[in-house]
Amino acid sequence: MSIAGAGFTDVRSDFPLLAASPGLVYLDSAATSQKPRVVLDAVRDYYETANANPHRGAYKLSGAATDAYHGARRDIARFLGAADADTLIFTRGTTESLNLLATAWGLPHVHRGDRVVVTRLEHHANFVTWQQLARAVGAEFRICELTPDGRVDLDQLRALVTANTKVVAFGHVSNALGTINDVREIVKIAHALGAVAICDGAQGAPHLQVDFDALGVDAYAFSGHKMLGPMGIGGVIVRRQMLETMHPYQFGGDMIEFVFDGDSTWNVLPHKFEAGTPNVEGAVGLAAAARYLDALGMDAVRAHEVALTSYALEQLATIEGLHVYGPASAEARSGVVSFTLGDIHPHDLSTMLDVDGVCVRAGHHCAQPLMRALHVAATVRASFYVYNSTADVDALVASLRRAKVRFHAHVG
Amino acid sequence: MSAELDELYQSIILDHNRRPRNYRVMDDASAHAEGKNPLCGDQLTIWLKLEGDQISDVSFQGSGCAISKASASLMTAAIKGKTRGEAEQIFTTFHGVVTGAHPEGAESLGSLKALGGVSRFPLRVKCASLAWHAMHAALGQHGAADTPDAAAAPVSTE
Repeated sequence: MSIAGAGFTDVRSDFPLLAASPGLVYLDSAATSQKPRVVLDAVRDYYETANANPHRGAYKLSGAATDAYHGARRDIARFLGAADADTLIFTRGTTESLNLLATAWGLPHVHRGDRVVVTRLEHHANFVTWQQLARAVGAEFRICELTPDGRVDLDQLRALVTANTKVVAFGHVSNALGTINDVREIVKIAHALGAVAICDGAQGAPHLQVDFDALGVDAYAFSGHKMLGPMGIGGVIVRRQMLETMHPYQFGGDMIEFVFDGDSTWNVLPHKFEAGTPNVEGAVGLAAAARYLDALGMDAVRAHEVALTSYALEQLATIEGLHVYGPASAEARSGVVSFTLGDIHPHDLSTMLDVDGVCVRAGHHCAQPLMRALHVAATVRASFYVYNSTADVDALVASLRRAKVRFHAHVG
Repeated sequence: MSAELDELYQSIILDHNRRPRNYRVMDDASAHAEGKNPLCGDQLTIWLKLEGDQISDVSFQGSGCAISKASASLMTAAIKGKTRGEAEQIFTTFHGVVTGAHPEGAESLGSLKALGGVSRFPLRVKCASLAWHAMHAALGQHGAADTPDAAAAPVSTE
C-alpha cells in the first residue's frame, strides 16, 4: 500500500470537508475538487481586509481590491506558464471561456465554407460551442475520430485539417476517459495549415504542469473549481496577437474606454473582455489554490496520480466482468478511470457505492458523442486527486465487489 | 449489507430488471409515448391498446437502470385491464409512495410496493417514475387525437 501517497500522506487533513468525514471516499474530482483550508481562508481574508469594487474608487480600499484581483491574475498566469499576465482573461470557467472564444474570435473569423475541427473526445462545452458556431456561420463541422484505445487519431486529424480549416478545438485531457492528448503534435498539425489551436484545459490544468508559452496553443481554457479553487472562477489565456483581433464578448462597465452617444471604444487588455464587476473572491481563492499546488509541486501531483491510477487499474482488473475504457497504461491518462461492470447499469452501481460512502460519477460525462462511439449509454467514472490514497481505491474495489454480489445474488 | 439497499434492490426488482414483462413492440397500439432521462441516457417507449375506456394491452421497450426497467415492467402488469381513470389513480398513489409523500398508499399497490424503497433515495425517484410519465403522456395523447396510434411528445424526468 505504499506505492502511492509518498509525501502526500497528510494532504487530506488540509481539506476541511474531507477531514470532517473520515468515511467519505471522494472519487469525483474530475467533476469538481474539494477545497483546501488555504483557499477558504484566502476568500474570507479578502472580504475581511480588502473588499471594495476594484478599478472604481479613488480610495485606498478600492486600490487594495484592485491589487488583490490583479495579484491573483499574475499568480495564476505564472502557475500556468504565461509570461504576459494581461492575456489571462477571467471568466466563470472553461465553459464560458470557450463560449467567449467562439463568439469574440469565432464570429468575426470563421466564415461560410470554412472548416471547424473538434475531436470525438470533447466535453459538450468544447463540442456544442463549435458545432453551433459552424451552424451559425455556415462553416463545415468535422469530428476527428479516435484510435481503439481512446486516443485522438492523429493521422485522421492530419487529413481533416485542410487549408480552409480555421480552428482545431481539442481537450488537453479527456474528462470521460482520462486520455492525455499530444498537445504539441495537435498544435503542429493545426498551425501547419494556418488553423488556430484551442485547448480545453479543464482537466489538464489541475493535474499536469501547464506551460502555456511552451505548449504553442493559441488559447488555453481552464476552470478554478477543478483545481482546488472556488466555483464560478476560471479563465482563458490567449496569445496576444489573437486576443487583439477579437471583438468584445460582453458590454458594460470596466470594458469600455469612452462611451459616446453613437458608439464606444474599448478598454485595454485584459479589461476589454471583463465586463462588469469581477469575481475578485474567486480570483483570490484560485490564486491560493495555485500556490497550494505549486507548494506540492505539479511533478509530485502527477507522480501521485500515476501511482494511484496504475494501482486502480491493477485492482479493477481483478473484478471479473469489469471493463475499463480508454488507454491501458496509467502514463497515457490522468487520474480518471471510466468503466462498466457487467450488465449492471452505472446508476445502480453509483447508488450502491454511495451507500458505502464512495462518490463516483455515473452517466455520459457531458460527452454524448463519445458515449455513442463507445456504444454505451453511460459509464461509471472514478477520478483521483491529491487527497486520494490507495485506501480510497481499496474502498472502491471492495464496494464494487459487494455491488456485484448484491446484483447477481437473487437471479437464477 | 445495507438495509436500505436490501429494500431498494429487492429480489422482485432485480427479477423484473433481468426478465422484464410485456417487453415488446406493439404493432397495433392505440397510443405510445417515449420517456427519456437525458442525464442518465435512459430511454423507453410505452405502448397502450385501448378498448373504449379500458387498457386492454400494454407493453414497453428501452434501456435504463434496474429501477426504471423494473418499474416499467411492474407498471405494465399493474395497469393491464384497468380503466384510464384507474391507471392514473395507481400512478398518483405510486408517486406518493416513491417520493415518500404518502407512504400509506403502499398497501394498495400490490407488487408495485416493492418500489417503496426508492423513497429513501430521492435521486432515484426520476428513474422509478419515468415509465409512468410516459404512460400518462400516451393516455393524454390518445384522448386528444383521433388517430389509430397517437404518438405523444416525449416526456423527460430530468
